[in-house]
Amino acid sequence: MALLQIAEPGLAAAPHQHRLAVGIDLGTTNSLVATVASGLAKALPDADGHALLPSVVRYTEGALIVGREARAGQADDPHNTIASVKRLMGRSLADADETMRSHYQLSDGPGMVGIETRAGRKTPVEVSADILRALRERAEASLGGELTGAVITVPAYFDDAQRQATKDAARIAGLNVLRLLNEPTAAAIAYGLDNAAEGTYAVYDLGGGTFDISILKLTRGVFEVLATNGDPALGGDDFDQRLAVWLKAQAGLPAELPIEDERRILALARSTKESLSAVEQTLASVTLGDGQVIRVAVTRAQFIELTAELVSRSLRPVRKALRDAGLGPEDIKGVVMVGGSTRMPHVQSAVAALFGTAPLNNLDPDQVVALGAAMQADVLAGNRKSGSEADWLLLDVCPLSLGLETMGGLVEKIVPRNSTIPTARAQDFTTYKDGQTAMSVHVVQGEREIVSECRSLARFTLRGIPPMVAGAARIRVTFQIDADGLLSVTAREQTSGVEAHVEVKPSYGLGDGEVARMLLDAYGTGEIDAATRMLREAQVEARRLIDATEAALAADGAALLSPPERDIVQKAIFALAELLETDEGDTRKIRAATDALNTASGDFAARRMDASIKRALAGRSLETI
Amino acid sequence: MSITVTEKAARHIQKTLDKRGKGFGLRLAVKTSGCSGMAYALEFADESLPEDLVFECAGVRLLVDPRSLPYLDGTELDFVREGLNEGFKFNNPNAKAECGCGESFAV
Ligand SMILES: Nc1ncnc2c1ncn2[C@@H]1O[C@H](COP(=O)(O)OP(=O)(O)OP(=O)(O)O)[C@@H](O)[C@H]1O
Ligand SMILES: [Mg+2]
Repeated sequence: MALLQIAEPGLAAAPHQHRLAVGIDLGTTNSLVATVASGLAKALPDADGHALLPSVVRYTEGALIVGREARAGQADDPHNTIASVKRLMGRSLADADETMRSHYQLSDGPGMVGIETRAGRKTPVEVSADILRALRERAEASLGGELTGAVITVPAYFDDAQRQATKDAARIAGLNVLRLLNEPTAAAIAYGLDNAAEGTYAVYDLGGGTFDISILKLTRGVFEVLATNGDPALGGDDFDQRLAVWLKAQAGLPAELPIEDERRILALARSTKESLSAVEQTLASVTLGDGQVIRVAVTRAQFIELTAELVSRSLRPVRKALRDAGLGPEDIKGVVMVGGSTRMPHVQSAVAALFGTAPLNNLDPDQVVALGAAMQADVLAGNRKSGSEADWLLLDVCPLSLGLETMGGLVEKIVPRNSTIPTARAQDFTTYKDGQTAMSVHVVQGEREIVSECRSLARFTLRGIPPMVAGAARIRVTFQIDADGLLSVTAREQTSGVEAHVEVKPSYGLGDGEVARMLLDAYGTGEIDAATRMLREAQVEARRLIDATEAALAADGAALLSPPERDIVQKAIFALAELLETDEGDTRKIRAATDALNTASGDFAARRMDASIKRALAGRSLETI
Repeated sequence: MSITVTEKAARHIQKTLDKRGKGFGLRLAVKTSGCSGMAYALEFADESLPEDLVFECAGVRLLVDPRSLPYLDGTELDFVREGLNEGFKFNNPNAKAECGCGESFAV
């Protein structure tokens, strides 16, 4: 509770400033924004009273359409109408979703896939930003002020690249991200706090494009995520696909239709599916592009038969998550249903059968995630009293193991998957060679033992280790994951205190430069920032090279180089260093001098990489070049 | 009808009044806004208005206007320290729901 101070007569502060904070569920299919008002979380509808904003963006000449209207235009303008863009977040063309490939003209961009539209190439980050901006504008219009911040939810399965992509999209949309929150955890907040129930719960989230299962333990308002699992490519869309294929067959249509008609059939499948959650049978009908009218009667039993396999596919990750948590279905006190697809009766009954208990569904499954996010945003924005029940702590888990590359291309896991976060874990390593002054650290994410099968997150080098005999140095590598699930790694040599650090960069390759460009695009401001950034990058790179070369000269210069050779390298270092000191700020000159130093020291580097060091390269140790 | 202050609150009110050098008492009021509908106000009072109700408690004078009274009846004014913050707090038996920050409430 905010404490009051005594004011001068007539000057009692206008009733407090409620900081405007929202929760946003950025879904594959639908997105929505919610806020807490008078202690109650509620979704904010648009002017027409719709809470759900279809996650669809249509790019037309000079205009941008988001939501319902964009979805309605999907069939007419399929290439420029982007739906389910969440499936592409943080992805490269190589690992882009098959369905998305067939619907859009995807292209490979710097690190992340791009979608070719009439308005030019759009990255999934930009498309998501357009959705988020629509929600921000809706919230600001309905709350009557600028937002302090937002909590944005992501599937528990999102990896670092996808999380970072989501954050970038929010930044471009002009949102201050208070934190990212796993969708199931948000749902648990919405349920757990409202019902103040203790025990171990499962959150079953079947949305439009993703399936997540989380096992959560609630104790006196404290959430602990015991395990998560899921299927990033299972959702209501798949039910639509199955039914669409069947509808085409029933109507005697060919398997492949023009894309506009495919969209019509898909839309028909979706609405038919949704009605079958309420009624036993329905008549599906639509007019195709050539005027042909399709009419197919569908019963719920038929639909269940077509999609029963999808439902049982969702139960496998559920069992795995239970195993990871060391629990059986009987240990679960209740199952929280999240996502529009849990409205399907056969989903409800399959979940009930597995757990032997009727699922909890008294909150709207479309809204529960956004409501929980809004409650969290309210706390983070400082709108809650600091009383006990408001002070809840959130423990999330890290969805994939994080580790380091070690000798022979193997992975040493430092943070096992499903560890609760925020967390910090450390492990000690040592040098591999006598007199080794540097160690390369390669951070990877994944469950496999072999580096090449895990995802590479970052590489950095710890330099300046004092020369010691092999095995004498103590290098402590610490992994730290913040509440958003973002990672930073530090390596520190214990005796000398030398330290190197990396914030894990978005591994989809959308560097800060690219984000800056998008921000500029979004705000339409000048190019000065981009130029400054390029200069800074050139300076950093130059300093890194000087440090590296000086360290190398100190270590092996006398042994490997003749005095004249040494002189050449020294001169190149000197020229570059001078350029940096004169503070001239000429990016091109710095780049040229950096290249010159690279050339001058090239032979030296090659000599140092003798055969034995080359072998060491496969492992975790690497000499400074 | 009663409005009370805790001993700590009374000490603090007395101290601030002394420091201020003048003052008839302390005005407690309720304003209709804030995120739960109503908000508290706490002000020095240099005079009492004809319609005010005046309560004496622990040596301090508390003034309440008749419109605020129904919402404040039974309230105890406390002075507390929470972390680095210190200030007054209303312990109001009428409040059913408090907004997040505790500055406003609904009855
Ligand atoms: N009554 C219903 N019966 C069956 N399915 C429904 C019903 N209502 C909505 N759905 C389905 O729910 C899905 C959308 O759910 P939701 O809005 O929760 O997904 P999302 O959060 O956007 O996606 P994701 O969680 O995968 O990112 C769509 O596939 C929609 O067809
Ligand atoms: Mg969802």
